[in-house]
Amino acid sequence: MLFALAVAALVLVPVAVTFSSFARVEGDILAHLTEFVLPELVGNTLWLVLGVGIGVSVLGVSLAWLVAMCEFPGRRVFDWALLLPLALPAYVTAFVAIGLLDFTGPLQTWLREAWGITGLPEIRSRGGVILVMSLALYPYVYLIAKNAFATQGAIALEAAQSLGLSRTQGFFRVALPMARPWIAAGLMLALMETLADFGTMAIFNYDTFTTAIYKAWYSLFSLAAAAQLASILILFVLVAVVFEQRSRTQMRYGAVGRSAASRRIRLSPALAGLTLLYAGTVLAVAFIIPVTQLTLWTRDVIADDLDTRYWAFAWHSVLLAGIGALMVVTVALLLAYAGRQRPGSAMVWTQRLATLGYAFPGAVLAVGLFIPVAWLDNWLIDAGRAWFGFDGTEILKGTLLVMLLAYLVRFLAVGFGPIDSGLHRITRNVDEAARNLGTGAAGLLTRVHLPLLRTSLLTAATLAFVDIMKEMPITLMTRPFGWDTLAVRVFEMTSEGEWERAALPSLAIVIAGIIPIIFLTWRGAHSHG
Amino acid sequence: MKPTLTRLLAALAFTAAALPALAEEVVVYSARNEQLIKPLFDAYTRDTGVQIKFITDKEGPLMARLKAEGSNTPADVLLTVDAGNLWQASQEGLLRPIQSKTLQANVPAHLRDPDNAWFGLSVRARTLVYNSSKVKPADLSTYEDLANPKWKGRLCLRTSKKVYNQSLVAMMIKEYGEGKTEAMVRGWVGNLATSPFPDDTKAMEAVAAGQCDVTLVNTYYFGRLMEKNPNLPLAIFWPNQNLKNKESGVHVNISGAGVTRHAKNPAGAQKLIEWLSSDKAQNLFADVNLEYPVNPKVAPDKTVAAWGSFRQNLINVKEAGSLQVKAVKLMDRAGYK
Repeated sequence: MLFALAVAALVLVPVAVTFSSFARVEGDILAHLTEFVLPELVGNTLWLVLGVGIGVSVLGVSLAWLVAMCEFPGRRVFDWALLLPLALPAYVTAFVAIGLLDFTGPLQTWLREAWGITGLPEIRSRGGVILVMSLALYPYVYLIAKNAFATQGAIALEAAQSLGLSRTQGFFRVALPMARPWIAAGLMLALMETLADFGTMAIFNYDTFTTAIYKAWYSLFSLAAAAQLASILILFVLVAVVFEQRSRTQMRYGAVGRSAASRRIRLSPALAGLTLLYAGTVLAVAFIIPVTQLTLWTRDVIADDLDTRYWAFAWHSVLLAGIGALMVVTVALLLAYAGRQRPGSAMVWTQRLATLGYAFPGAVLAVGLFIPVAWLDNWLIDAGRAWFGFDGTEILKGTLLVMLLAYLVRFLAVGFGPIDSGLHRITRNVDEAARNLGTGAAGLLTRVHLPLLRTSLLTAATLAFVDIMKEMPITLMTRPFGWDTLAVRVFEMTSEGEWERAALPSLAIVIAGIIPIIFLTWRGAHSHG
Repeated sequence: MKPTLTRLLAALAFTAAALPALAEEVVVYSARNEQLIKPLFDAYTRDTGVQIKFITDKEGPLMARLKAEGSNTPADVLLTVDAGNLWQASQEGLLRPIQSKTLQANVPAHLRDPDNAWFGLSVRARTLVYNSSKVKPADLSTYEDLANPKWKGRLCLRTSKKVYNQSLVAMMIKEYGEGKTEAMVRGWVGNLATSPFPDDTKAMEAVAAGQCDVTLVNTYYFGRLMEKNPNLPLAIFWPNQNLKNKESGVHVNISGAGVTRHAKNPAGAQKLIEWLSSDKAQNLFADVNLEYPVNPKVAPDKTVAAWGSFRQNLINVKEAGSLQVKAVKLMDRAGYK
């Protein structure tokens, strides 16, 4: 519990900084936003959350079910390939989608010129944003739900069928409810990321709560008003998350019987064909087409832009994402474990506070972290100057420590979701059996739980690794001099609208992100075969 | 793993903190991106032996950073795009005024802070680009005219969230007052062919494809697009040039720099900014992004010069900052997204 509180306190630092903005209320700016900006964007934001929520759930759960429970041609490839969109930042997918599908894009141009067809639905619209965000974020649900289906055991389903439920009924009445914590964990990640997103919304010029936060800061020069709006957003997320969690605290989700993986449902040729078509289309639209476009753009700029520094950028990205992911997984495991040892509503609140960093708009979190770090650093520097004649301008700020802590605060949710839901799968009976055999608390963790949690841990590590690789605002604000990463290169190019030149670092991020995804699947395949 | 990790972090921390300052060093916080400033800094180091350390980020975070670091900031120079940001930095007390005859001479009065806290280093002109196969230049005249109903369904605009449009509207408020400016912005919104675009390039592509006929862009985006695709039916028009109608010229903005209030090497910082405004550096500074040199003695790049010369609006660019909040609110009221 103490540990959980300590982690939560770390996250509470930027939260406190953000909330402290209420000390200075700029009435005219808030009044203006309330009158002219908020009414529309609250509706926009709700539609977005609803649409993306449905989109990622339908895509993620259906694909997870098909891959985990059914046999169809190419299943083993789709198993990992459907995760690949994770490696692609959503704003890249958005930029490519608009480039291809807008009035000026090749599709509409061809339809117009060859066939005289006009009046296609506008991609730069609410529907377009929802579509792109769903395609970019469904892997969170897919990955975590797939683990749930794969581990929930075929016996439950067989029992359902022996009780007279059809296969469809069995899915909706047994498999789906049994996978609920997993689906909810994936959905929460996808929705928190949607709420905090700025890049994709900017490309679509779609106004959400987060775009208003940046408007208050960058355009109306009021960091205070921005922080106040962010506080409201964070409160909203906290309440939603705790509400979701409490609605299922009374349930237990242990596994029943052996894994289902060995008895996949054999689909009829027609159904198998449809499944292949469906999974293939999602993969093509969410990954293959955007990456092809990136590759084409990269080809145009690679001769001018690829230099030896890229090794350093890539190394920095991989190193930071690697260490960061390790920290995230370690802390998330301890946090989830604390919850298992000491359940109760105080713990739920503590855990949820500790994982709130993911719902922050990135740059607001970066500032919320930077201000206290700079304050502490100033104190250290002044003390160092007085006592040791220290002559410098940074102590903490010049190290990677600040950056890594910031990643931890931001991405703890990404590690916590899969690990916490994975822990639910281990029944109390297992603990008791182990204890009866004389295993102590430490032995229970290292010899019983960790092996059982392997897939969840790898999932958490992969998500955290890929997310850190893509992260921009924290990296920009807290990197020491000379610590540029691939994501920083993307920023350098896109900040002046040079999207084609941003393709090279974006593609490098994708390639570096694919490695752990393949590793995850390979290890995953060996851990519960 | 843990001890190795700790050791690695400690080693990194140590090297970062303990590297001795052998040569003179100037530290720059820059919102102008790396590929545009690095060639200059390399040239400066070759010229003077002074090392330049820099970090890039958006203006908002850079200013928040300077503020949080206070008197212990490592930064000597703040370099940004858009005068509004520099004005804001100086409002927040992040910059220190400097007395420099060189900068007074090299930078025209309307492109620097009257209180000498910041100085323009390159000029960015925001002008009209039209579809040359559908529109005759004679049909075009001023920014205000784009609100005329004759352009209904023929105008494309970039989003009002971009500071370039905020600055343009701010300067118009200075010139015409809020009432007239708001009516004009409402006119623009009424004439839009499609919802605003996320960047200037997309807006120009829409003009080229015939989705609309005219748009408002910074010239370097035009230069970049035409370099890549010279056959597009696009051309530049310089608005507000008619002296007889007392039209006051093309809206310009700057990218520029100032010395930070708590600079550790203010003299070095000032020298760097002076050098950036000199004949030697101006072409390198502006040409790499197809912008205009701020120093009137320096001729622009060939490509840029080919677009023709124009009369600039001489209102001081600081108004882009002082009136930015008003401009943003006005555009929100007018429904300009």
